[in-house]
Amino acid sequence: MEERIIASKGLYTEFSRKGGAAPTATHYCPGCGHGIIHKLMGEAMHDLGIQDRSVMISPVGCAVFAYYYFDCGNLQVAHGRAPAVGTGVSRAEDNAVVIAYQGDGDLASIGLNETIQAANRGEKMAVFFINNTVYGMTGGQMAPTTLIGERTVTCPQGRDPGYDGYPLHMCELIDNLSAPVFIERVSISDISHIRKARKAIRRALEIQRDGKGYAFVEILSTCPTNLGQNAEQSTRFVNEQMEKEFPLGNFRDLADQTEPICRADSVFKKKAIDDLFNLDTGSSPDAVLDPSFPEVQIKAAGFGGQGVLSMGLTIAHAGCVAQRFVSWYPSYGPEQRGGTSNCSVVISGESIGSPVVQESDVLVAMNRPSLEKFAADVKEGGYILYDSTIGECSIPEGVTGIAVPAIRIAGDAGSEKAANTAMLGIMLALGITGLSAQNFKAALSATFSGKPKLIPLNHVVLESAVSWANENL
Amino acid sequence: MATQLVKGNTAAVIGALYAGCDCYFGYPITPASEILQEASRYFPILGRKFVQAESEESAINMVYGAASAGHRVMTASSGPGISLKQEGVSYLAGAELPCVIVDIMRAGPGLGNIGPEQGDYTQVVKGGGHGNYKNIVLAPNSVQEMCDMVIQGFELAFKYRNPVVVLADGVLGQMVESLQFPEVAVMPEIDTEWAVSGTPETRNNLVSSIFLDFNQLENFNYELQEKYETIKEEEVEYEDHMTKDASIILVSYGISSRICRSAVDQARKEGIKVGLFRPKTLFPFPARELKEIAASRECTFVSVEMSNGQMLEDVRLAIECSRPTELVSRMGGNLITMDQVLEKIRKIAAEEE
Repeated sequence: MEERIIASKGLYTEFSRKGGAAPTATHYCPGCGHGIIHKLMGEAMHDLGIQDRSVMISPVGCAVFAYYYFDCGNLQVAHGRAPAVGTGVSRAEDNAVVIAYQGDGDLASIGLNETIQAANRGEKMAVFFINNTVYGMTGGQMAPTTLIGERTVTCPQGRDPGYDGYPLHMCELIDNLSAPVFIERVSISDISHIRKARKAIRRALEIQRDGKGYAFVEILSTCPTNLGQNAEQSTRFVNEQMEKEFPLGNFRDLADQTEPICRADSVFKKKAIDDLFNLDTGSSPDAVLDPSFPEVQIKAAGFGGQGVLSMGLTIAHAGCVAQRFVSWYPSYGPEQRGGTSNCSVVISGESIGSPVVQESDVLVAMNRPSLEKFAADVKEGGYILYDSTIGECSIPEGVTGIAVPAIRIAGDAGSEKAANTAMLGIMLALGITGLSAQNFKAALSATFSGKPKLIPLNHVVLESAVSWANENL
Repeated sequence: MATQLVKGNTAAVIGALYAGCDCYFGYPITPASEILQEASRYFPILGRKFVQAESEESAINMVYGAASAGHRVMTASSGPGISLKQEGVSYLAGAELPCVIVDIMRAGPGLGNIGPEQGDYTQVVKGGGHGNYKNIVLAPNSVQEMCDMVIQGFELAFKYRNPVVVLADGVLGQMVESLQFPEVAVMPEIDTEWAVSGTPETRNNLVSSIFLDFNQLENFNYELQEKYETIKEEEVEYEDHMTKDASIILVSYGISSRICRSAVDQARKEGIKVGLFRPKTLFPFPARELKEIAASRECTFVSVEMSNGQMLEDVRLAIECSRPTELVSRMGGNLITMDQVLEKIRKIAAEEE
């Protein structure tokens, strides 16, 4: 009898990427299910007219070479990561049809997190999950879907749930999520099953053609080589044993009531980016080199919520307005969220070395722990400004300690929360930053630009503190 | 020209926006989290794509996906997260995909702490994942360079189709300084020669790092090495400060280099001939330039780094151990102090006399 070859649609006619002497034969073993599934997928891609748009993701496993066969854009990716890679492709190219093809080890073991999370985000992709209960490429090890009692090279006595747990049911897991549009489990064990599988595969790809979201098709498949079966045995294994553990059927099809997902185009215009940062109105002049300006190093510290970080930023802003070189560096992480926080500010006439103040010219301490922690690091001739509510405290020799009624000054002006601004007023009055009242006011306006109501209040607090300093110091 | 006070981490995102990067995928980790947060804030407004990934591995694989599609894509993390990403970085290098990864280094090993350190040098500069590959590694030392080197990173990534790492540290990420905003915004184009974008022009393309045939894979490895040689020839960048007549050469990058610069200025006032050599590219490492200095005069090299001599090894290799070398280092989240550097400078100067 003459051999008749029916060309597959959607697949290359010759598999040139495979090389070797048989350019029309696949690399799969006789009796393997991958060939049938490839054919069904290729045919659907062709019939739906999506080959130009398709990005096929080959997994790690026996289908690592799926790109030998599919006539579309192809990616080969790391074990288990196809849904993450697919997410990247889909977000970058809204019109792309993303197809992930994964085995049981890839999808349900090393890539379980990626699988669930991509499904939960409802990524626009079709995931084809080939479940044959065994690792194929690596030589027949236990898979997350290996049946209870089934022997593999890593459960030679048969899978024992007491040691190995139970088979994972991926359709059921994914069916717990809100986002997926389509979930179905099919089999390719024999002709009648293949017909149903064909339908499910087409449905999943139709959903991709229409950009409607996430589709998951689990396909019970055969691996005669690793399970030591002949063709007949492998069909029976799928029909009689696998189906019992993994019941076939549609879990969900919301395609008809789902609208396509359309993502916006990226904007690259410079003006659009400039506007995000208000470059027209919110820019400062550049710093001017002035080696005669003595560098000032400031440490501000207090409880979280006392505004020490924003006080530091305001000083930096004031320096920036005055065309000085400035830097600000906060304590960060857990410190920021509880207990004490602190920041370093440097104002200089030249480019700044370390932004981290080890020895300060000025320490502003809003609470006792901060005072005790940093007082010893103040340089001789330096200042310690602390809130007068801290009470009696020892100031190192050669350092000027000033108890400032900052909370009271701020409270009298309208809000105790502005005590940090009162400290700025003291610095201004003492002239220890080399910055002017104008600089500080402009900086306060910038700091509170998001809450403009607070600007006048803070200006008043600044002035009250200056008056207090002039009267009392 | 527009200047604003900006945090280092934010500057990296600003750089990405002007560099035409339209995809950001990341996972939270201190002290790099603001990069993720700022990307989530700014990218969607411009229609650009942002996903907070479920893991560092997923983030780097999303990068692989968007890079495969030919887009400009960025991710960021810190030591423990960079370790997790290494699998993906190896695949990116193997598939010759361009991307920018920002590493805001923190102290290790293990969970360590969130303080600044430079202990990722080896895992980033020498590769880190499996296989014979290299990242291009840029080392900023200011908020300005956090922005500028992300932009430069995208140019290099696409020029060589290679991952680029911007290797910074907790201080650079967290500090605020003046930033002069970029004057140009890049309008990116997809290279249909190799990208797989789900378009008719790219239908025949394949992005892959698998070569079944040993000789083919070996040849590919040789091609990669040739690429790295070209990068070594073309892309070395460094800054030197008063090295011309110096008999003590500090070698330092990142935040440590700023402390060194202050130390050099101070020691010069004391009459000590000391200079600072700052690599701006760590791969390619400015080996030839260091060797020239070593060959030109008697001098001592001091590697100043917040790690256990990881860069010192490269300094010794560069000068082929022809001159004495010393190490000034801190670890565990501690910064090098100017006094610590000065002490070493004075000690070496005293021994010279």
